[in-house]
Amino acid sequence: NRWRKLRFLLLFNRQGKLRLQKWFVPTSDRERKKVIRDMIMLVLPRQPRTCNFLRWKDLKIVYKRYASLYFCAGLEEQDNELLALEVLHRYVELLDKYFGNVCELDIIFNFEKAYFILDEFLMGGEVLETSKFAVNVSMEQADTLQE
Amino acid sequence: MPAVSKGDGMRGLAVFISDIRNCKSKEAEVKRINKELANIRSKFKGDKALDGYSKKKYVCKLLFIFLLGHDIDFGHMEAVNLLSSNKYTEKQIGYLFISVLVNSNSELIRLINNAIKNDLASRNATFMNLALHCIANVGSREMAEAFASDIPRILVAGDTMDSVKQSAALCLLRLNRTSPDLVPMGEWTARVVHLLNDQHLGVVTAATSLITTLAQKSPDDFKTSVSLAVARLSRIVTSASIDLQDYTYYFVAAPWLSVKLLRLLQCYPPPEDASLRSRLSECLETILNKAQEPPKSKKVQHSNAKNAVLFEAIALIIHHDSEPNLLVRACNQLGQFLQHRETNLRYLALESMCTLASSEFSHEAVKTHIETVISALKTERDVSVRQRAVDLLYAMCDRSNSKQIVAEMLSYLETADYSIREEIVLKVAILAEKYAVDYTWYVDTILNLIRIAGDYVSEEVWYRVIQIVINRDDVQGYAAKTVFEALQAPACHENLVKVGGYILGEFGNLIAGDPRSSPLVQFNLLHSKFHLCSVPTRALLLSAYIKFINLFPEVKGTIQDVLRSDSQLRNADVELQQRAVEYLRLSCIASTDILATVLEEMPPFPERESSILAKLKKKKGSSKLPDMDDSRKNVNGSAEHAEDAEVASKVPSHTFTDNLSVNSAPSSGASLLVDVFSDFSSAAPTESSDEHFPRFVCKNNGVIYENQLLQIGLKSEYRQNLGRMYVFYGNKTSTQFQSFSTSVSSNDVLCSHLNVQEKPVDPLIEAGAQVQQILNIECVSDFSDAPVLNIQFRYGGTLQNIAVKLPVMLNKFFQPTEMTSQDFFQRWKQLGAVISPQQEVQKIFIAKNQMDTDVTKAKLLGFGVALLDGVDPNPVNFVGAGIIHTKTTQVGCLLRLEPNTQAQMYRLTLRTSKESVSQRLCELLSEQF
Repeated sequence: NRWRKLRFLLLFNRQGKLRLQKWFVPTSDRERKKVIRDMIMLVLPRQPRTCNFLRWKDLKIVYKRYASLYFCAGLEEQDNELLALEVLHRYVELLDKYFGNVCELDIIFNFEKAYFILDEFLMGGEVLETSKFAVNVSMEQADTLQE
Repeated sequence: MPAVSKGDGMRGLAVFISDIRNCKSKEAEVKRINKELANIRSKFKGDKALDGYSKKKYVCKLLFIFLLGHDIDFGHMEAVNLLSSNKYTEKQIGYLFISVLVNSNSELIRLINNAIKNDLASRNATFMNLALHCIANVGSREMAEAFASDIPRILVAGDTMDSVKQSAALCLLRLNRTSPDLVPMGEWTARVVHLLNDQHLGVVTAATSLITTLAQKSPDDFKTSVSLAVARLSRIVTSASIDLQDYTYYFVAAPWLSVKLLRLLQCYPPPEDASLRSRLSECLETILNKAQEPPKSKKVQHSNAKNAVLFEAIALIIHHDSEPNLLVRACNQLGQFLQHRETNLRYLALESMCTLASSEFSHEAVKTHIETVISALKTERDVSVRQRAVDLLYAMCDRSNSKQIVAEMLSYLETADYSIREEIVLKVAILAEKYAVDYTWYVDTILNLIRIAGDYVSEEVWYRVIQIVINRDDVQGYAAKTVFEALQAPACHENLVKVGGYILGEFGNLIAGDPRSSPLVQFNLLHSKFHLCSVPTRALLLSAYIKFINLFPEVKGTIQDVLRSDSQLRNADVELQQRAVEYLRLSCIASTDILATVLEEMPPFPERESSILAKLKKKKGSSKLPDMDDSRKNVNGSAEHAEDAEVASKVPSHTFTDNLSVNSAPSSGASLLVDVFSDFSSAAPTESSDEHFPRFVCKNNGVIYENQLLQIGLKSEYRQNLGRMYVFYGNKTSTQFQSFSTSVSSNDVLCSHLNVQEKPVDPLIEAGAQVQQILNIECVSDFSDAPVLNIQFRYGGTLQNIAVKLPVMLNKFFQPTEMTSQDFFQRWKQLGAVISPQQEVQKIFIAKNQMDTDVTKAKLLGFGVALLDGVDPNPVNFVGAGIIHTKTTQVGCLLRLEPNTQAQMYRLTLRTSKESVSQRLCELLSEQF
């Protein structure tokens, strides 16, 4: 079973508060709590300018800090770390484009939007649409549809 | 309240969120949440029907509360209602609620199936996408059961919008992972592969992921994707960076798609078609060339995306492992990255090189970077990078550089992070053992390990050094001397005391000649550590002391005094007390001879796979730790191969038991290191075996017996009433078998019917060698028992007894007889008319194995009869004939086997001229199906 995909994506801040969690494989509540705790403990103490990759159990962990938020992804064995880093970056760009200079508060108060944007971009742990343009079109459409 | 909500602002939600944020304590937060939950509950229960907006708002609040980590036990129905709303955002919130909460409430799934079905059929792209996302997010088996058959249709339908195709592809991929059996591909395969040609790059990207996963499962069905993938990749790598418009990412053309295509190609071997192959090589070369070009942007995103493609290309090159030129270029490229200023690239270069190290084309090229890797180990600031360096050193290690690498790892261990010490210890122990040419180096290395990182030396490591010292007499004296010296240190690790105690207890006599390490000095040294040690170590030391009493009678008094002291005889620990009492009594009453026998040197341990390796594998989980024993074979194997060949040439050339492996792991996973006293030198009980016996009814060759020490193979030939059996005894251990002898016994009845005469067998079987013995067999008259082969030998100090039932059966003396249909029936009737009813034997029995015509034929032929085609009017039946030859008579036999596949049963009928023969043959043959 050489799957190559994201297992989970977590957003947490420097104080270790979780802001978003997305699980791409069925994960029990207990396991989720453990992963979240371990990731926060693993990533927060890392020095700046160290490398963005870690090993944790049989997963590769790719993380990057944007302002006050850490974006942290768990990858399966064969996945491409550099590209995963750009998955995180593209997600930040999409949030940025939608909210306009996104900050942590945007994600707190519009958590459902953050989830929707993520769904437009990733599905089942695979990249669904890499075009920034296409994702934003569908988000804007959604916003106009509601009226 | 901050005005940060966007789109459809839900004011109530924003107020609630900021209330929560303003809570000063956890208690206050819980209070506020409970208040809100009560409010929502009353709204949901209230008489007034809620409008869609309110429902959406409250469901969203519940979702927020859930994401804060609180349980939600209501509101599901309201969320389900939202799914059937016509308003997009209401529907969207409903789906989100379900996607997030469904893990804890699978009852929900049945409730939402209908809504999903409607949305899938709606022909509205946004609604269809929401439904597909929900299926993928939940991804459960129930979901697959409900929708797996609809999605392929949506995926390949001509009128499906591109965005829906993308979702359908990945949704299908998700379902295929949880329930592959429910996703019927067959008829869609060709059309899915064809999506690689789609004009829309988003569709191609999603389809490539799907195809890659499916191709891993059934490569043959998706073979055609290889040429399409190469063509697509070629177009991307040669395109100008702006050609692909929105799919160009920081001046890199479609990096996601490129990586996915390169991965798809990793499901297959290099293309066989020459032009395709060269086109792919061109692509890979272009990617390698681009790495040398100046960057088109200073942004890290540009270099990351470009290098992501590069690393994936290198992964493909390594996977193909067929183009030395590309492999060496890949290795050089990674070599450059090893010194790159980006930490990420150094990390990845170390990681990729690990896999390159296992290719025979690039192993040498990887080795040239050893100095860089060692300096990475010393200078990298980031522990995760240093860990990759350790991994790479481990992977590139071979005989030529093992001393250097082990030395570097040892010196790194002094300052290594605590989190990775245990792993380094295991790796050093494995390398030291694997590449030890002289075992003094091995002993030094392990003792150094214990000195530097004693706390991280697991039991497996120190067990192993003792096993090796006990099994190799050339290193025992050195080991005794070295542990003695190491124990001189004022503070030494308890693991060293264990190793020291054990080794001096066994081999202290080898250094006792030197007055500086006289018996008394040795004892005093060990005993000086005694009081600082834990109970298990003290127990081990007590055993070492009693061994000293046997080795050095002159210190008997001193040791008895120690054993007799109150702190031993009345020790609070039962184990210690018992040992002290028993050892003391033993030393007082036993004669020197008895002591010498009881306390004899430990017998060699059976050869087995290093348990350290197993431990390292376990520690690493399923990760890609370079598996030394597998990857190494084709890498630097010249030395090892020579050894293998040597072993092979020792065994007789006509060996048929190729699986006689010299180093095979023992089947029983008993404790690694038996305690000094748990295995006295004595005769082991006889092991008898007839488990393989029935397998030899229809065949003459094979392995009749195997345990962890010995393998017995047979090869036999029969002619008329005579037979000859070649018996091969293979010593699986690294120690010679002594006093090897065999005898064949038959019970009283059998003796008069069957003669077995054995030729002499060599009394010594060297380690790893095989010897042959010939048995001559004569069948005097028909028989039903089988002779027993008794084997006796000394392994280490223990006498081994094994009894094996020899597969000499009556049917071995069959001569097949061809006859025509007419003859057969004539004879069949004759026998039926002349003979008494007992001479026909019939048995009806249930098939134990699958009823396969060819297998049945082979078995009947192996049984010894001729198969007569076209004799039986029913073609599914088998008819055979043969003559049993004995010295006194010949017995003609006819048999008929009627399979009934419906009932899974057989009917076997035998007619012979002798009742006992019919009985015996029927017994033997009916057990075979």
